[in-house]
Amino acid sequence: MIDIKILNEPLDTTGCIGNATDAACGGTATFIGVVRDRTDGRRVVRLEYECYESMALKELAKIAEHAVRSWEINHVVIHHRVGVLHIGDIAVIIAVGAAHRAAAFDACRYTIDTLKMTVPIWKKEIFENGEVWVSAHA
Amino acid sequence: MDINILAFGVVKEFFGSPSIALELQGELTVAGLKEELEAIYPDMKRLRAYLVAVNDEYAEDELVIRPEDEIAIIPPVSGG
Repeated sequence: MIDIKILNEPLDTTGCIGNATDAACGGTATFIGVVRDRTDGRRVVRLEYECYESMALKELAKIAEHAVRSWEINHVVIHHRVGVLHIGDIAVIIAVGAAHRAAAFDACRYTIDTLKMTVPIWKKEIFENGEVWVSAHA
Repeated sequence: MDINILAFGVVKEFFGSPSIALELQGELTVAGLKEELEAIYPDMKRLRAYLVAVNDEYAEDELVIRPEDEIAIIPPVSGG
């Protein structure tokens, strides 16, 4: 099963893991991305995420479909949050269920690494004394 | 005929708007669109990189834009 969502509300970790698990799965690998309190020593106040939703959903589906073709896995769940997030909030959950752990770990790693490179989602870091769109400039 | 161009992230700030209209004169490729945008909004040249999406897909420079296409400017992504 592939379960992809972009949500403007807190993410449900237990629900994501549940959707990535069934009786045929020997394990579920997860990656949970959380808002850090500082970047390069600067104190972060909040992050603001936005996305190009129609394209982001298509790119996420491509990643999940590629993962299913490339590894022996049963489920891929990708939930990404947008809007205003504060320190400790969960920004993204990847959960991959498989019969055996190696495939689950590898597909989970592939999924988050590729998401960060190809999916049109952007975050702005708001500091105490300024703000910056992450990765925008050289 | 005008084409509508969607902007995201820092590009929205360069444009001062989430979308702009650009007059389509003759045949315009993705590369040609980039040149026009960089002439109007020189800040585009300060980006580490950027891509153009046409109808929800990353587009090659050679692609010819049609009036009915949905065009979006994709600055470096930073999800996760």
